Amino acid sequence: MSSKLTTSNRAGWAFAAPGIVLIATFIIVPFFFAFALSLTNQRLISPNPTQYVGLQNYRDMLSLSVLQLAPERDAAGQILRDADGTPSYPRVRDITRNPDFPQYRGMREWFRVHLGDTAHVVIARDVVFMKALVNTVTFVLVVAPVQGGLALILALLVNQKLRGITVFRAVYFMPVVVSIVVVSLLWRFIYSPDGGLLNNLLSGLTFGAFQPVNWLGNPDTALPAIMGMSIWQAVGFHMVIWLSGLQTISPTLYEAAEIEGASKWQTFRYVTWPGLRHTAVLVLIVITMQAFALFAQIDVMTRGGPLDSTQTLVFQAVERGYGKQDISGGATISVVLFLIVLTISLVQRWLTRERA
Amino acid sequence: MADVSLKEIRKSYGAVDVIKGVDIDIKDGEFCVFVGPSGCGKSTLLRMIAGLEDISGGTLSIGGRVVNDITPKERGVGMVFQSYAIFPHMTVRENIAFGLTISGASRAEKDAKVQDAARILQMEHLLDRRPSQLSGGQRQRVAIGRAIVRKPNVFLFDEPLSNLDAALRMDMRMEIGKLHRQLDATMIYVTHDQVEAMTLADKIVVLKEGHVMQIGAPMDLYHNPENLFVAGFLGAPSMNFLTVDVLDVQGQEAKVAHPAMDPVVLNTKGRAIIKGSHAVMGLRPQYLSADGKGAGLVEGKVVVAERLGSETVADLVLRDGTNLMATFSEDRVFTPDQAVALRFDPAAAHLFPPEG
Repeated sequence: MSSKLTTSNRAGWAFAAPGIVLIATFIIVPFFFAFALSLTNQRLISPNPTQYVGLQNYRDMLSLSVLQLAPERDAAGQILRDADGTPSYPRVRDITRNPDFPQYRGMREWFRVHLGDTAHVVIARDVVFMKALVNTVTFVLVVAPVQGGLALILALLVNQKLRGITVFRAVYFMPVVVSIVVVSLLWRFIYSPDGGLLNNLLSGLTFGAFQPVNWLGNPDTALPAIMGMSIWQAVGFHMVIWLSGLQTISPTLYEAAEIEGASKWQTFRYVTWPGLRHTAVLVLIVITMQAFALFAQIDVMTRGGPLDSTQTLVFQAVERGYGKQDISGGATISVVLFLIVLTISLVQRWLTRERA
Repeated sequence: MADVSLKEIRKSYGAVDVIKGVDIDIKDGEFCVFVGPSGCGKSTLLRMIAGLEDISGGTLSIGGRVVNDITPKERGVGMVFQSYAIFPHMTVRENIAFGLTISGASRAEKDAKVQDAARILQMEHLLDRRPSQLSGGQRQRVAIGRAIVRKPNVFLFDEPLSNLDAALRMDMRMEIGKLHRQLDATMIYVTHDQVEAMTLADKIVVLKEGHVMQIGAPMDLYHNPENLFVAGFLGAPSMNFLTVDVLDVQGQEAKVAHPAMDPVVLNTKGRAIIKGSHAVMGLRPQYLSADGKGAGLVEGKVVVAERLGSETVADLVLRDGTNLMATFSEDRVFTPDQAVALRFDPAAAHLFPPEG
């Protein structure tokens, strides 16, 4: 078997070679590079020799601690409160910069939770990474179901036999063929605070009651705005995948369901959806992976801002590796991202497996 | 009561007429077979009765109620498809219970009815299998089970045996016959296989290009075909046709001659046979005999003979070069080019006006 695979099949290997070389050069080898680099202190350009630092990069990135801060009290033991009754707490930086607590050195506050009067402060060595992680996960959690569901609805709509249905298929697919950079630029105009299409539209629909929003400039709306645009851009692609899944379902199954008197919903529930099981796995995994790789929209529209509200893992990886010339830091993020995506794909496969 | 009555039924796709005015009356409990070559419209007709195709013209009534515009379920029909159309993701039990699930039957009711159907079809041991674990015949049984569990008034079969191998086809054919006696329901069965038609039917409808050619009991059609098409379509090997000269016509009797045959007198059965013109004489291969009785005589020589043990099929060429098939109901030895003189009873021969 092995001899057959290696010797007598030269033509086969010759045909496969270009693909193998390209994939190896641009995907497999760089992955091992990234893994190796993440264990060093390599910088993009540096006169200093590269040193092996073990898991230091991972520790720097992932370290988290919780500080429990008791409110400050006066001499009588009463909690000190300001004018609106909020207790005051010791400053976090007094702890992180205190030589008595070397384990907190260099960490910054990420967020805090108040339980009773005690403040629980979560401090992280790399707050930007943590924000990027949360933003990316939020993005995935919103985009995967919404984009997948919307794409399925569109696919069901354009799967009907109507005159001119191909026009609709083309229209929905169109954003996919436009470069994401171009789309992002266009949507910057749409989201523009002064005279942007979206503000004008909302204002027109509400007869002027709507107050213009700086969609990309407001930390509360920037990430949702990017989510909306991303869903719109790629929904057509997934619609086509759903459509191909729909068309593999035998028409006689629908006829059998019709004879048995199934309603539209029952037909979907008992015929269409079970027939789409494999397509669903594919669509979910593809959307999840694409969503985790969120970069171009951020790079064009917000560059991670405002106030880090649109930082994402890939944007941070690029920003660190090339912006800050910290190649090992960027590589570390890439490896972490790889592990996350791998885990999620495996879990999704397991959840959507065929139950025998 | 579930008589099915078709009055002037028409179907057209745009300008193309597929069913061109069909009248059929099927009595309650009757087994009616639609038979005809591919493209004759038999499946379309069945699908119109099922409610899967619109009716372009005419009246379809089931049990005395006009059902042209009501849904398949309300028509009370069950259908078995050529490709089985069983749901691949459901167990046999769920498949059979599908119609009951759709109409929201209770679990106990479903279990009881599924058991009943499974007992009739002798497949109680298969109920928890999945379709992928079943053979073709078993799948077809599941499809029949799904149709009978709702106890419809009319069963429709669309070439149910075409996907089975020859041996299985015969078994299933007998089972369907048995099922009909057991259920005592109206059944309409579409096939292109004349053996299925002959063995199963109470009533055969022969169709050609959207027209009914003849309706009648199997033996009626076999012994008294009304036209050349029906004569040639039923019976295997098919009927021999000889173009003959009409020498004389006296009332119901016509004297015809052929270069390889002595003149014989045949019954015209009121058909338009004109003295001095041509006509077509039809004679089944089984009615030719080698040992000499009957007034008819044809002469020729053997081209090839097939010995099947219990019968012998001989391919002959007559003096004038026309081909003729003869079947003998015993084992007989012919040598190639052997000259033979075969006799037949003129009462068993048919006379048709020339086609067109």
